[in-house]
Amino acid sequence: MSRAAAMTAAPDTPRNATGLKALLRHGAFVISDNPVTGLSFALFVALALIAIFGPWIAPHDAFASNTAAALQKPSLHHLFGTDQLGRDIFSRVLVATRLDMTIAIASVALVFALGGVAGIAAGYFGGWTDRVVGRVSDTIMAFPLFVLAMGIVAALGNTVTNIVIATAIINFPLYARLARAEANIRREAGFVQAARLTGNSDWRILLMQILPNILPLMMVQMSLTMGYAILNAAGLSFIGLGVRPPTPEWGIMVAEGASFIASGEWWIAVFPGLSLMLAVFCFNLLGDGLRDIVDPQRRT
Amino acid sequence: MLQTALKRIAASVPSLVGVVIVTFLLTRVLPGDTASYFAGPAATPEAIAEIRQKLGLDQSLPVQFWNYIGDLVHGNFGLSLTTGQPVVNEIAARLPASAELTLAGLILALVIALPLGIVAALRQGSWVDHVCRVVATAGVSLPVFFTGLLFVYAFYFLLGWAPAPLGRLDVFASAPPTVTGFYLIDSLIARDFATFRATLAQLALPAITLAVFSLAPIARITRASMLAVLGSEFIRTARAAGLEPSTIVIRYALRNALLPIVTTLGMVFSFLLGANVLVEKVFAWPGIGSYAVEALIASDYAPVQGFVLAMAILYVFLNLCIDLLYGVIDPRVRIEA
Repeated sequence: MSRAAAMTAAPDTPRNATGLKALLRHGAFVISDNPVTGLSFALFVALALIAIFGPWIAPHDAFASNTAAALQKPSLHHLFGTDQLGRDIFSRVLVATRLDMTIAIASVALVFALGGVAGIAAGYFGGWTDRVVGRVSDTIMAFPLFVLAMGIVAALGNTVTNIVIATAIINFPLYARLARAEANIRREAGFVQAARLTGNSDWRILLMQILPNILPLMMVQMSLTMGYAILNAAGLSFIGLGVRPPTPEWGIMVAEGASFIASGEWWIAVFPGLSLMLAVFCFNLLGDGLRDIVDPQRRT
Repeated sequence: MLQTALKRIAASVPSLVGVVIVTFLLTRVLPGDTASYFAGPAATPEAIAEIRQKLGLDQSLPVQFWNYIGDLVHGNFGLSLTTGQPVVNEIAARLPASAELTLAGLILALVIALPLGIVAALRQGSWVDHVCRVVATAGVSLPVFFTGLLFVYAFYFLLGWAPAPLGRLDVFASAPPTVTGFYLIDSLIARDFATFRATLAQLALPAITLAVFSLAPIARITRASMLAVLGSEFIRTARAAGLEPSTIVIRYALRNALLPIVTTLGMVFSFLLGANVLVEKVFAWPGIGSYAVEALIASDYAPVQGFVLAMAILYVFLNLCIDLLYGVIDPRVRIEA
């Protein structure tokens, strides 16, 4: 039997499956390989659904205060209890998911675009591009990262957009270095030389050949930094930067509950804090699982 | 040795220059117009122009940068608007509180994480290994301000073991006479054991919070680094030669595994100095972190910039120490350098 016949005789190899079917099959393989990854993926889907539909599934108005019902313990009516203004914490936690996720995704997407392109260019071109990108990365890494984020938000102005920018900047070196190293390895690879020989421009090779090649590793990095991005943004809003009350956001909700912890009203801070933890945990596990699949040698 | 040390010090100069440039740029992109902010809302355009001239804001950027460097060299970080004090004095006064807390947290983390990582590597797949893995994953997922609050609830409110989370000493105790600025050491020098105990009680929870946070990376790298070394041939030879297991693990394996661990310490310091800000806010710790947070909320930017610069310089210095430590730990690095 010839090779071509062997290919057609096995119609269910992934190569022959197309579009959605292939995607689903690959997804099923990824999840069945490691139950923890499957669990974290389910958690991620749940978080995404809450982020999208949160305001509609919340049982109460997240902003409506009702001082008669202030500081109530968790009950069937108020699953997570109420805060000092009588607002339903369960509803606020649900509604906050969207903002926290948006900040994390926006900052990771921004740093992916900036750091990825800068890193690939540095690894591919070398020379002064490499030196500039390396120097910028080194300078950012010379700061304690959270402190730098504080300084950036203080300087640019106290808004959510600037939290996104600050989080992207402090993650820049991670992305730039990874992309640089991977692009550098592939610089003289056969497929790159072939592309060059057929007359592709440098930037076309970068975007069409090298970028897709290192994309899996970058995706892992995105998932791993997403947890850190959420923690960082929540930390900034915990100290009073970015998000302002009464906007529901996990970090600021923990900050609001902090003054009640010492007098025993634990639920105000604990439920938003747990959500924060769960989200970060989800992304870290997802990142670890993805890395095991993409790059088994780095498994620890 | 001296020559390599000098080389290392010279190598940290570019980072220092970068840090100063970035903090300078951060002062120049302040929201709004600094001069009209200082002049107040009712100021006339002439008054604003005068203040701008007084602050040197009407000059070109290179000139302003030169003046900025001159100020820094003279230790002038500007004045705090809310307290009217020079920022550098306030940071210097509050630095010992932060340093004591950070060092206590780091030492605690090392004391727990190193043995945990070593045992996890020696007994791969045992319960210690699983504990190590859980700690390493949980530690990086826990928001440090949240763990702090949970500790306050459990150990102050529920159990009553810890004192109220209100600073370095409770209101009835007086600080020991200042020698080092570290209350633990100062109270021992003054042989004031009641103050020592009170200080320790106040320090325990925030230090444990910081330790839990910084445990994870140290335990993880210790385990990985020990595993790599334990699989190498000189360990096999040492075992075959019948050396004591403890000698093999401590003198041969750990010594060789130390280099990656020390490298990770640089990253841990970066985390610690950031986490310090959050922990200080939770425990009302009178350090430079809470100073910066208070200033941020009052839109008082000079202390924030002073804080960022001080932390960055401290961090560059810590990284330099780590670099110098390499040569002490591993003589091969000294020869190559």
